[in-house]
Amino acid sequence: MATHTDEHYYVPHGSHWPAVGSLGLLFMMVGVSAWLNGAEPGFYIMLAGMAVIVFMITGWFREVIIESQSGIYNEQVDRSFRQGMFWFIFSEVMFFAAFFGALFYARNMSIPWLGGDSNNFFTNLILWQGYESTWPSNGPANMGGDYDAMPPMGLPLINTALLLTSSITVTIAHHALIAGKRAQLAVFLAATFILGFIFIGLQAYEYVHAYQDLNLKLTSGIYGSTFFMLTGFHGLHVTIGAIMLTIIFLRVLKGHFTAENHFAFEAVAWYWHFVDVVWIGLYVFVYWL
Amino acid sequence: MTTTTVDSHTADDAHEDHGPPKGIRRWLFSTNHKDIGTMYLIFSLTMFFIGGAMAMYIRAELAIPGLQFRHPEFFNSMTTMHALIMVFGAVMPAFVGLANWMIPLQIGAPDMALPRMNNWSFWILPVAFGILLSTLFMPGGAPAGGWTMYPPLILQTGDAFPFLIFAVHLMGLSSIMGAINVVVTIINMRAPDMTLLKMPMFTWTWLITAYLLIAVMPVLAGAVTMLLTDQFFGTSFFLAAGGGDPVMFQHIFWFFGHPEVYIMILPAFGVVSEIIPTFSRKKLFGHDSMVYAASSIAFLSFIVWAHHMFTVGMPLTGQLFFMFATMLIAVPTGVKVFNWVATMWRGAMTFETPMLFSLAFVFLFTIGGFSGLMLAIAPADVQYHDTYFVVAHFHYVLVPGSVFAIMAGAYYWLPKWTGYYYNETLGKIHFWMSTIFVNVTFFPQHFLGLAGMPRRIPDYSVQFADFNFISSIGAFGFGLSQLIFVLVLLTAKKGVEADDRVWEGAHGLEWTVPSPAPWHTFTTPPKNRIAAEAFE
Repeated sequence: MATHTDEHYYVPHGSHWPAVGSLGLLFMMVGVSAWLNGAEPGFYIMLAGMAVIVFMITGWFREVIIESQSGIYNEQVDRSFRQGMFWFIFSEVMFFAAFFGALFYARNMSIPWLGGDSNNFFTNLILWQGYESTWPSNGPANMGGDYDAMPPMGLPLINTALLLTSSITVTIAHHALIAGKRAQLAVFLAATFILGFIFIGLQAYEYVHAYQDLNLKLTSGIYGSTFFMLTGFHGLHVTIGAIMLTIIFLRVLKGHFTAENHFAFEAVAWYWHFVDVVWIGLYVFVYWL
Repeated sequence: MTTTTVDSHTADDAHEDHGPPKGIRRWLFSTNHKDIGTMYLIFSLTMFFIGGAMAMYIRAELAIPGLQFRHPEFFNSMTTMHALIMVFGAVMPAFVGLANWMIPLQIGAPDMALPRMNNWSFWILPVAFGILLSTLFMPGGAPAGGWTMYPPLILQTGDAFPFLIFAVHLMGLSSIMGAINVVVTIINMRAPDMTLLKMPMFTWTWLITAYLLIAVMPVLAGAVTMLLTDQFFGTSFFLAAGGGDPVMFQHIFWFFGHPEVYIMILPAFGVVSEIIPTFSRKKLFGHDSMVYAASSIAFLSFIVWAHHMFTVGMPLTGQLFFMFATMLIAVPTGVKVFNWVATMWRGAMTFETPMLFSLAFVFLFTIGGFSGLMLAIAPADVQYHDTYFVVAHFHYVLVPGSVFAIMAGAYYWLPKWTGYYYNETLGKIHFWMSTIFVNVTFFPQHFLGLAGMPRRIPDYSVQFADFNFISSIGAFGFGLSQLIFVLVLLTAKKGVEADDRVWEGAHGLEWTVPSPAPWHTFTTPPKNRIAAEAFE
């Protein structure tokens, strides 16, 4: 790859995709805001904005894939992409950290305090008389009515097994790619995103179960809030990851990627491991403990 | 493979042999760090004047007791919007603009590492601030709950509420992408013989700042997302009835907010650390200790957030921890101030405009630092909290701190950008007017705060009248002084032509390229030029 890297740096030519993306964001954000304020057309403006963003993502990645396949990227560009992806994933970790922080704060601070812990005797005596702090809790006002907590065994355990297995299959696929075993690569990559989509299906089933049978809702106090926001944002990331894995699978079928040059594959694999690790945190702190 | 390589090279319209494309395409589709840096700086200056106009309204309202102009809610909108615009629209984009222009030049890189993402980072900002400014015309008015957006107050915002939340999301998106670009550029694109500890201080402080940005902007996004779901989707994050806690928002917000403070001051440290050695004609005293000090400040910034919340109700151990951790920051900050002073010690100093702004920075930022130490003392903070003393404190670190450093950087590098020396007389007038008026504006606010005048109030008791009047005169003077800077920019190409070195004592790779810096620089890695650029 070091053909023209020693002499010249690579700087990409201009692109209209960022501007298209900004336009999409404008429509999406204005639309969703108007919709939340009760203006019906806002919903369609939001959809239009999202369509523009999907168009932008598709077009931008298409251009980058074509450039990558034509071999104009050098090792330095590859390193830039890798480091960029790494720090992007780190920023995602910090986004989840905010919600985990809310969970820990509620469990260790706000709920015990509402129950009269520490120096909050009068909070309990006057404001929320007789509230006993427990976890899970929907708060002293019994927000959303009585509910059952999501048991850690059963579906969530199966989901844990699915995601952990998929992390292994994607690693096997990576080794197969390096070893040049294309058939094995395709099979294990397919297994990975199929496991991912099964996970999403089971998660959707779990949500239906929570709403219909357990009366556990987003509005079920702080437990419902943290449960659905954490698992929901995680589910969103699994969905994005599974879609990316599918694209990578299609690229593998088209013969893309070599043993030395497969940044996109690795980036998606890292992303997949990231959603896996977040899930382990979720399973331990949201479902289990 | 080879043929396609050739093809794509001919299609490569930004190839080093070509000049910039014409018209709007040059700016809208840009992948050039200099053009994007220029756009950031112009955007920032625009926001500086919009936010400044709001500050003028605030000071006009507060000039004399009683209600002067519109209803009090509008005053609250003005304080809220002034802060959001100045923090996210003026100071941060200004530093990103300087980073875009100077980091590739300082480390010998051809451009930022991810030029297209760089373009997107910028072009999200006009969208974000377009949305934010549009809230001024919405039913219920612009957000008026303070830039910190504490619930439950902020949840009373009218139609502006979701627009505020999503505008903040977009600003975060832009900052994160910009920060990733800075980190990757510095780690991956340095000239071959530029080791980490040979990096110029501006690049160093920006590296640390970028890490802070990547770590905390997503936390802010999480916090405002929780506000949004509490408002529209029935979650209970900040609702005690549901087991949440409004104070939890303050913890999450300030976990972002305190590092944010250093995001706005670390690059300022970097700029000043470039300028003081140049005009003292001496090497920066203690380069490596500056790096370690900046890193320590960055680390400490993560464990001091609750000093913004001493009066909110916190366990005693928490108050003590955050008090001592906060005071600890004075140590690395003291190292930096000491090093700047030691750099000037027995230097052959001259006092061009960038140096004047840097000197004022050292003095006046230190005053802001000292009032910060006072505020850090938990028992004393119970008295100072939410008074004008706090307003005086953070304006001292932000205006003669961050803004002066931005001005210093702009004057310092302007001849490199335009190829001409700016009008030094105008620059000096700008400096002296700014420095006098900034003190007239903010120094009396210390007294107001100590006497008990609360912040975020459109009216006040008559005993505060005199100092408020003085402060307002200072504010109008400061506002008008900034128009001189516009004049400097408009006449920037009318002066004497600048040579490559620009300043006699300037050292570093950015001074080895022509002035004005051509559209493409360092298309091949500069080899063996770092050592030659070192002092002595």
